[in-house]
Amino acid sequence: MRARGLGWAPYVLLVPSLVYMAIFFAAPMIQSFGLAFQDSTGAWSTASIERMLNDAQFSRALLTTVTLLVLIIPIQFVLAMGMALIINARLKGSGLWLYVFALPLGVSELAAGIIWFSIFTERGWLNTFLGGLGILERPYVFLNPQEPFWLIFAIVLAESWRATAIIMIILVAGLQSIPRDYLEAADVFGASTWQKIRRVILPLLRPALQTALILRTILAFQVFATVIAIAGRGLTVLAAEAYRWYGDLRDTNVAASYAGLILLLSVMATILYLWLLPTREERLA
Amino acid sequence: MSTEARPMPASLATAAELRRRRIGRRRLLNQGLIYGVATLLALWVLLPIYLITVSSFSPRDVIFDYPKSLIPQEVSADSILFFANSTGVIPALWRSVQVALVALVLSLLIGAPAGYALARYAFRGRNAFRLLIVSTKAFPIVILSIPLAVAFIQAGIYDSIWSVALMHTALALPFTVLITSSVFVSVPRELEEAAQTLGCTPLRAFLKVSLPLALPGLAAAAIFTFVLSWNEVFAAVILTLRERTLPALVLSVLTQSPLPFRFAAAFFMLAPSLIVIFFIRRYLIGLWGRVIK
Repeated sequence: MRARGLGWAPYVLLVPSLVYMAIFFAAPMIQSFGLAFQDSTGAWSTASIERMLNDAQFSRALLTTVTLLVLIIPIQFVLAMGMALIINARLKGSGLWLYVFALPLGVSELAAGIIWFSIFTERGWLNTFLGGLGILERPYVFLNPQEPFWLIFAIVLAESWRATAIIMIILVAGLQSIPRDYLEAADVFGASTWQKIRRVILPLLRPALQTALILRTILAFQVFATVIAIAGRGLTVLAAEAYRWYGDLRDTNVAASYAGLILLLSVMATILYLWLLPTREERLA
Repeated sequence: MSTEARPMPASLATAAELRRRRIGRRRLLNQGLIYGVATLLALWVLLPIYLITVSSFSPRDVIFDYPKSLIPQEVSADSILFFANSTGVIPALWRSVQVALVALVLSLLIGAPAGYALARYAFRGRNAFRLLIVSTKAFPIVILSIPLAVAFIQAGIYDSIWSVALMHTALALPFTVLITSSVFVSVPRELEEAAQTLGCTPLRAFLKVSLPLALPGLAAAAIFTFVLSWNEVFAAVILTLRERTLPALVLSVLTQSPLPFRFAAAFFMLAPSLIVIFFIRRYLIGLWGRVIK
């Protein structure tokens, strides 16, 4: 190999990104735990963590975050799977279908939140629609801090709308790596569409599903702008609490405690998925 | 030997014919079903985008109208202009563009060499480095933002486009490394080697042969970074106070702002991303999809 003469070359090429990652990933992560285990004077203590745990908003934020995650992820996987199978079926104009399904990939959390706010707001599209069908006589106030059900409902729809595209993309890439012969063989043996999905596609899609689940769960623990845009202060989640403690209450240490908690939850979820859904290589190892 | 097909017994012929028709009908039904579901899913994606577009191009007083009209009665830039002329919006927009451009250039400059190394060299620690990059790609923004804010205050670059751009570079870097690596894998190394046997230095061979071929893929990687930065709000709102980027500005005033401001803001943030996704749609699966997994 020609590269042999330049044995040091790859390492030189890696140095910039390694240095950058050390400064902007490793250091802040360690510092995040450092900050969480200090009080506001900088002395080592668990005061900040206790303050987080004893705050009235803490359990509400944790509960809302987990509720959203549990509701959103199954909906997204069903939608994404449907979209991915449609793309894989190579309909006429399949490039156009892909573009349409992938559109929300470029939509920010904040914009998606505002869009769904415009649908659910009192003089919004949903009330117009329900009024037009004669279901509602007067516009109903869906986004009302007293009614967490509708707030959660709207956020679940907004997040399912926005973040399904990324899962779809991962699943399509996964589907494309499944050899066509397998599906043709299933056809020869007279398998129905449902049998093909259940017995051929899903097992072979396992690595892609695992990746998508991990990625989506980690992102779900950080849900933030969608919640603020739709619910204002009517609901709170972990990331919104981190923002509140940092911005409004000017307590970096409690904010860092929230950050540490989100990291901890993300790591735990990742390990859980790797354990529950081992891919073939992992099972052999 | 007779090549003439022997006539099938009548009953068998009709049975086969019926079966073929049944399969044909089932296939047609299946096709119809797939198109139906595809249309429904497309509507689910497009309808909200349509609705916000109608809202933001309605005159300000029409936005408060109820019931609303699905087909705009009057198209006007009133709300958009109201938003654009609100205090701080244009400077924030400009800052967002600057931050995204800085993040794009930095992440390519830092990440592409590593991507090239992963694609072209077999070296000790290659898998370890790959694993490191893969494990950081889904990193919680929330975790990094707060300690970085403390560090940026100490370094004196808090509340500037640099603090946000450095953070966005960190977020984009793992993706840039993985995407550029798969771009360089797709450029045959034989071409580069041929250039070297013809007397090019390795650097010149890279610049003259591989780089031009990799350019479209690298542009796609750069565009991913741009969209990521343009949309990112949590780090931006933590790392700035007065020097807000557009999403950070909108978020910080959102609950006190009137509806036309909110809707026009959503459209403003949405529009560039939609155009950008259109231009990189061919790369979505090949680069993004395969790289993430």
